[in-house]
Amino acid sequence: MTTKQFMFINRKAPYGTIYAWESLEVVLIAAAFEQDVSMAFLDDGVYQLKKGHQTKGIEVKAFEKTFGALEDYDVTKIYVDQESLTERGLTTDDLALPVEVFTRAELGKLMEKQDVLLSF
Amino acid sequence: MKFAILVNEGPYTHQASDTAFNFAKAVLAQGHEIFRVFFYHDGVNNATRLTTPPQDDRNIVDRWSKLAKTSELDMVVCVAAAQRRGIVDDGEMKRNGKDATNLAPGFRISGLGQLVEAGIQADRLVVFGD
Repeated sequence: MTTKQFMFINRKAPYGTIYAWESLEVVLIAAAFEQDVSMAFLDDGVYQLKKGHQTKGIEVKAFEKTFGALEDYDVTKIYVDQESLTERGLTTDDLALPVEVFTRAELGKLMEKQDVLLSF
Repeated sequence: MKFAILVNEGPYTHQASDTAFNFAKAVLAQGHEIFRVFFYHDGVNNATRLTTPPQDDRNIVDRWSKLAKTSELDMVVCVAAAQRRGIVDDGEMKRNGKDATNLAPGFRISGLGQLVEAGIQADRLVVFGD
């Protein structure tokens, strides 16, 4: 099968809308198809990676654990936008996964190299 | 060029489906190919045949169905997203013990693998959403 570079761009907060969760479902399928998968987190999307999701009060399934499974699917290219972290008062210490931090301009260059960009 | 189209929003609330439809027509008019149109997130709501907009408004669902017929489009609705939102074909009705179906003509329900395959096969995957 052809292997292409798929980048999943996550721009939205983890809860409040279903985009983040349904994006994660596509990521796992793309990985199962043995594609070259990366994930980029920017804007409110950086909150998806924050440690300590507690969703009991809103009766929504927390998917922090699914992020932990990404490595089992060989999804290890997790990119985060520096400006988005800074704007929200976050550092990589607040995040649940090891990530690579890029400036917005650098992320733009990475996006240019992709074959398929899926933005959620 | 071979295009694939992803529609991530439902009809009427959001312009994404309208724009995707107009884009699909323009692509075909220019002699390009559409490998597949994939409906995900609330985009699956574009596939209910029970939609009944006022008579002086466009019928977004019928419009997709007609385009699928005239242009032999492959229009796929994500099964997991469809199950959450109550978009049902005969197979899903039987599998999940439901008492009705509502999938519009020209659409079929299948898995997310169809979206990934579209990304692999098409020269360009164009995303319409929020």
